[in-house]
Amino acid sequence: MAWVTQTLSSSLGRKVIMSLTGLFLSSFLIVHMAGNLQLFKGDGGRAFNEYTYFMTHNPLIITISYLLYTSILVHALMAFVLTRHNQASRPIKYAYSKPEANSAWASRNMGILGTILLLFIVIHMRTFWYEMHFGSVPMAEYDGKEYKDLYAVVQVAFGELWYVVLYVICMVAIGYHLWHGFQSGFQTLGIRHKKYTPVIEFLGKYFFAIIIPAAFAAMPIYVYLQVHNII
Amino acid sequence: MKINLKVWRQKNSNTPGKLVEYQLDNVSEDMSFLEMFDVLNDSLTRKGEEPVAFDHDCREGICGTCSMYINGRPHGPQTGATTCQLHMRSFNDGDTIVVEPWRARSFPVIKDLMVDRLAFDRIIQAGGYVSVNTGSAPDANEILIPRSIADEAMDAAACIGCGACVAACKNASAMLFVSAKVSQLAILPQGKAEHKERAERMVAQMDAEGFGACSFTGACSVECPKSISLDHIARLNREYLGAKLTSDNIQG
Repeated sequence: MAWVTQTLSSSLGRKVIMSLTGLFLSSFLIVHMAGNLQLFKGDGGRAFNEYTYFMTHNPLIITISYLLYTSILVHALMAFVLTRHNQASRPIKYAYSKPEANSAWASRNMGILGTILLLFIVIHMRTFWYEMHFGSVPMAEYDGKEYKDLYAVVQVAFGELWYVVLYVICMVAIGYHLWHGFQSGFQTLGIRHKKYTPVIEFLGKYFFAIIIPAAFAAMPIYVYLQVHNII
Repeated sequence: MKINLKVWRQKNSNTPGKLVEYQLDNVSEDMSFLEMFDVLNDSLTRKGEEPVAFDHDCREGICGTCSMYINGRPHGPQTGATTCQLHMRSFNDGDTIVVEPWRARSFPVIKDLMVDRLAFDRIIQAGGYVSVNTGSAPDANEILIPRSIADEAMDAAACIGCGACVAACKNASAMLFVSAKVSQLAILPQGKAEHKERAERMVAQMDAEGFGACSFTGACSVECPKSISLDHIARLNREYLGAKLTSDNIQG
């Protein structure tokens, strides 16, 4: 098995780990966004609560969720290892450098953007995931069946203006992160082709970096406006 | 033209260096950047000062010897050109130009603007060759190679190994260089026989030399004097992963 550890600890192997975990996390965003669109239903949270019940009780979803937590940790730890290595590769910096002449800002700042996202994930999971699993969530009853009323937790959290602003800023960060990261992940896997790369870039930039973060950002804004009876 | 220079002066690899200012009053805009340095060195020699050490050889953009990180970019403000192909008309009268050596752990400064690029040679020695007895020249059509493949291999082979990719990369990664050297052989029939071993060994040597990993910022390709495409980096990833998954080498 020496070749496996050797491959995964090579610079290319480490990037492959970044790519696979990153693309898996990107695919999760689709599910997460699609599911949370229930927040816009305007039914007092019933559809959303039924959906969260499903997501916390379906064995397949639970299994995948552990894969997801692992991916977040591996992606972040590997990024840390790679960043340290990359910084060590240039011990003396340039006195004068003009990187904007040859590369995009997002591509050079994946580490900073990723750090923002990791902090966001911690805050996000503390507010919702922790409350759902270990906190005291009020109960709601639909058709004689009891559900945890996560929608109430959402309303409290997104009723705070600073929390909404934090979410919107973090969604901008995820947009920039995916603007570069999604298509870059495919290159790392060696997937680059005249026919498919433009499609991958289009998807990565417009769907993953703009539409998904915009939809996520709309949720706290919508709930805030609703809670405060503005709409 | 009047030119203010800030040039990195460093006695040797063990001594810390610093930027030193020089002023040149009679610079012709038709001079190449290296000729401007010749003028500077001439005046320094006449004053009894140590001239600035810099790498140069062919001075026609094909040998890959000249380097210099000029105003924040390898080989200066032009794209698709080496420092020797850069002329003073690319600058304005009175400009201040900052000139530094390539910065990478794997490219230690020898003196002033000269860096040791032997790491590239060691990567080539690790597998950047075809080890077959070529014998006498075969008939022209004995090995059929489509024109598009020949062109792609030639585009990769255009790499002159100057190290601008490493200098430009925020991670000091050598991926563009290594990928060009792997590609130029891997896509031709003569190079296919050893393609797995080659990818494994050259990447292992690249890592051993201490270059950074690839973030796909694309800076290398933009700054490459031969405009080597990022296609080759994706191919190297493909070659390496394919080799790792399918080669007989289980020792790693």
